[in-house]
Amino acid sequence: MSNQNRTIYGGKVNREKPINFVFNGKSYIGYQGDTLASALLANDVHLIGRSFKYHRARGILTAGSEEPNAIVQLGLGARTEPNIRATEVELYEGLEASSQNCWPSVNFDIGAMNNFLSRIFPAGFYYKTFKWPPSMWLFYEHFIRKAAGLGQSPTAKNPDRYEQKFYYTDITIVGGGISGLLAALGAGRSGCKVLLIDENPELGGYLLDYNFSINEKDGKKWLKKIIEELDGLANVTILKRTTAMGYYDYNYLTALEKVTNHHVEFSNTLPRERYWRIRSKKVILAQGAFERPLVFADNDRPGIMMASAGQKYLSRYGVLPGKSVVLFTNNDHAYLTAFEFVEKGAKVTVVDTRDLLNARISEKCKLLNIKVFKSYSVIKTYGDKKVNRIEIQQVDKNQNQLTGEVENIHTDCVLMSGGWNPAVQLFSQSRGKLKYDLKINTFVPDKIIENQKIIGSNNGQFNLQENLNESFEAGIAAANELNFNSVEKVNWTGKEEIEFTHSDVEPYMLGKKKVTKGSKHFIDFQNDVTAADIFLAQREGYISVEHTKRYTTTGMGTDQGKTSNVNALALMSHIHNKPVDEIGHTTFRPPYAPQTIGAIAGRSVDKLFDPVRKTSIHEWHVENKAVFEDVGQWKRPYYFPQNKEDIHQAVKRECLAVRNSLGILDASTLGKIDLQGPDAAKFLNMIYTNAWSKLEIGSCRYGLMCNEHGMIFDDGVTSRLGENHYHMTTTTGGAARVMSWLEEFLQTEWLDMKVFCTSVTEQWAVLSISGPNSRKFLEDLTNIDLSKENFPFMKFREGEVCGVKARIFRISFTGELSYEVNVPARYGRYVWEKFMEHGKKYNITPYGTETMHVLRAEKGFIIVGQDTDGSVTPSDMNMDWIVSKKKEDFLGKRSYTRSDTVRHDRKKFVGLLVNDKKTILPEGSHIVEKALKQPPMKMLGHITSSYYSPTLGYPIALAMLKDGISKMGEQVVVPLMNGKIIEATVTDTIFYDKEGKRNNE
Amino acid sequence: MFIINCPYCGERDQTEFTCHGEAHIARPDNPSEISDEEWGRYLFFRENPKGTHFERWTHDHGCRRWFNVMRDTVTDQIIKTYKMGEAKPEISNE
Ligand SMILES: [Zn+2]
Repeated sequence: MSNQNRTIYGGKVNREKPINFVFNGKSYIGYQGDTLASALLANDVHLIGRSFKYHRARGILTAGSEEPNAIVQLGLGARTEPNIRATEVELYEGLEASSQNCWPSVNFDIGAMNNFLSRIFPAGFYYKTFKWPPSMWLFYEHFIRKAAGLGQSPTAKNPDRYEQKFYYTDITIVGGGISGLLAALGAGRSGCKVLLIDENPELGGYLLDYNFSINEKDGKKWLKKIIEELDGLANVTILKRTTAMGYYDYNYLTALEKVTNHHVEFSNTLPRERYWRIRSKKVILAQGAFERPLVFADNDRPGIMMASAGQKYLSRYGVLPGKSVVLFTNNDHAYLTAFEFVEKGAKVTVVDTRDLLNARISEKCKLLNIKVFKSYSVIKTYGDKKVNRIEIQQVDKNQNQLTGEVENIHTDCVLMSGGWNPAVQLFSQSRGKLKYDLKINTFVPDKIIENQKIIGSNNGQFNLQENLNESFEAGIAAANELNFNSVEKVNWTGKEEIEFTHSDVEPYMLGKKKVTKGSKHFIDFQNDVTAADIFLAQREGYISVEHTKRYTTTGMGTDQGKTSNVNALALMSHIHNKPVDEIGHTTFRPPYAPQTIGAIAGRSVDKLFDPVRKTSIHEWHVENKAVFEDVGQWKRPYYFPQNKEDIHQAVKRECLAVRNSLGILDASTLGKIDLQGPDAAKFLNMIYTNAWSKLEIGSCRYGLMCNEHGMIFDDGVTSRLGENHYHMTTTTGGAARVMSWLEEFLQTEWLDMKVFCTSVTEQWAVLSISGPNSRKFLEDLTNIDLSKENFPFMKFREGEVCGVKARIFRISFTGELSYEVNVPARYGRYVWEKFMEHGKKYNITPYGTETMHVLRAEKGFIIVGQDTDGSVTPSDMNMDWIVSKKKEDFLGKRSYTRSDTVRHDRKKFVGLLVNDKKTILPEGSHIVEKALKQPPMKMLGHITSSYYSPTLGYPIALAMLKDGISKMGEQVVVPLMNGKIIEATVTDTIFYDKEGKRNNE
Repeated sequence: MFIINCPYCGERDQTEFTCHGEAHIARPDNPSEISDEEWGRYLFFRENPKGTHFERWTHDHGCRRWFNVMRDTVTDQIIKTYKMGEAKPEISNE
């Protein structure tokens, strides 16, 4: 039998449009307009999943986004999503969902054993059990994850597209219930730009499910008209199926719009979800409230749900969740649901914790044949996979205990209502302060921080009549505060059969009695936290709310405790006999509800994840099978393997080609900054440690840049192009940092200096040719006189290369005769190919960054950021020669006389040669005073660079070594991770061509 | 996430900016003549007020200019932004 719980008439589902769906492998039929939860209830499916810790049978507690129990695995394959609230999933044709947290099936679940073993799973169980020893953590983690997993993540790549939208508006209204709608109307009529966000597919909120009148006429028709008017206002944008997730400083909100999640077919043109980033001059929060569960023994069985959820299933979806219903309440308003259920054919019994009852309600109950147990409490429930019986008992208010006979009621559905909690999550995220309201026994907004209003039940104001006019006026006032004209106020008279009054909610907590053994009073349904756990946490000293939360995991599930937090705090208040205000509350953090990472990432995935920078010669490298490495965002050839060479063979061949004939490196990624202005030389004098005033036009100089602490942070060669014109080079990774550094001092310290800095990194392609044949090779291709006399080392010349205007810098990072040929970037590949063609007779060899590193290490040239780490001075690197003694001031100078920088035992830059002539020391290895069996060992330094030197035929290493200069020739030991201890000799840092003859040729 | 009023470009989102710590710490004119303590004070010592704070910011993804921001560290409200070289605003006692 299908849809056996569907009422004969009523509800807003389209009974003409049946929808087929599958739950746990079984096919069902629902109707258009159903949620997965309503369709399951209609088909008498109450057991939806198993609980997190005890694997208890769980059903559907709510009808909205606060649902803690009915969370399912939705969809299949790459589109499957875990932890989806069945109460929010709009039914679509072919939908497939399954229970989570159960094996092998929801009806026969092995983990349910935990329920009987629960004495070994108390609060803090994981903390207590999986603490020591630390080495066991990997094992524990595996076990915990397996046992605690909620759903399954898809293993395939996400096939969907997610979009982001940046949006600016005058007023954002969160919540499309009656308050939000009227605020939007007030603001909208005033003419300002309004964004109205609601998480449901239909606007109207709470009033969609309850009967009410406006000016003594049917309220539903009035509501429809209001929505129609809003739809017609061009300045009002309405987002349905959109959940506001985060509320940050300066009225910055994020919201997740479900665009095609509920579609039958996934769209090629529309994204699955759209992530809104909203800036709003003003925000109006109108998110409403969540009904609060009552705490009693085994209050978690399927068939027990919130009264408002029962109301919604019945009135909106035409689903009667039970025929023999018990309403357990501490307030008047929930009686509306009792009346509704009777009207639709159910038998209803009411258990009310209060002893006095409004006469009108009493009368109506009599009329409808509803039996009311006053001053009674549900104390226990029974039923295996669904509730079938409850026990009730009288409450003695004076004695604070249960009294009298225990009575039994057979039932198939328990509706509970413990009052309402305003949905203060976003308000609290916006740093709004909360206070505890003793009349409605919950936290309500107190102090607002942002440019914001909070209205309706979201503000603890539940009375319809008051909400109507106040909300509309709040909208007008908000527009007014943004200088929009006021519009006329309207006076509506709104009525519900039972008015919500602020004095009829009785604080009721079964925890007042000692918790009965053998049954569980759930506070947090999703994380299986019981009243006993809260008691335990207090006994064990986890008394602050933040500690109780973490120790018991209350409110830490995917529902973030929307139904549980206030009850937990109320119980703590009871235990400590302190007002709830003094207990306080935990911090609310974004996101408001679970959200897909895909939406946050948006289009910033795959190729758009991070920009890739390529040189103008890049494609040649690709065509010639370069292996690339990432240097910042740059792609640089790492090496160019030929045939089946591995990296070692390729690097060896490349190194020897440079040393013996001719190599070519694409050095275009080098940072390049063009400096111009009358104060350029003066500026360089301050920026670099050495002197720049006397550098002639056409000359190049190496410089070190240090910060004010005196520590090296970049290096490079700067050349003087003209009277007031310099070309600075920086490390590839440091280019942006140096540019900012220069600008910082020009803009903040030396405002009178006339210097302009322009990044020209991408304007020039740099072809670095190196090797003894480089002059002979280049002579044929340029009109520049390359003779040793006319173009010596550390000079710069302009002319043509291969018919292209070029700047040539005669500088060397390999120690060989080298020329860095700069041509406009667009000619980079052209000239490179000419070079390759013409260089054949010298066996010109393209080389990558690894060969560059080896060659420079053979010469002892430093790489900033590899050999240095931000804590070394020029002196530490034996580069005192580059620190001017004459200049009165430069950045960092003063720090060279600080006690810390003049210490004698600082680490110094040295070379190391392993005694066995074959071990390549891993970079980062420690040099120790004495090698012991295990740490700690006294550390003397570490290896910064280490390679096999093809030129020399043995390994070389560079290191920072404590007092290294006075240790020349001494032996040191380097223990490796594999237990071996390597002995090495301290040497100077130049391993090859110590006199520097080769680059001076 | 702040909205920052760049003195050169106007209001922009915080993501376009970088904060560089406390403002109005002038580099000493005569570093070689001052004591280690004075130099150390310039290098390492910073205010950490609860309340009004003066900070240097750059509009990296915009005009790339440096400017100063007067911000309340409790409320995160930016009280004022102003150009480099302009005088430090008074803290009002409201
Ligand atoms: Zn700017």
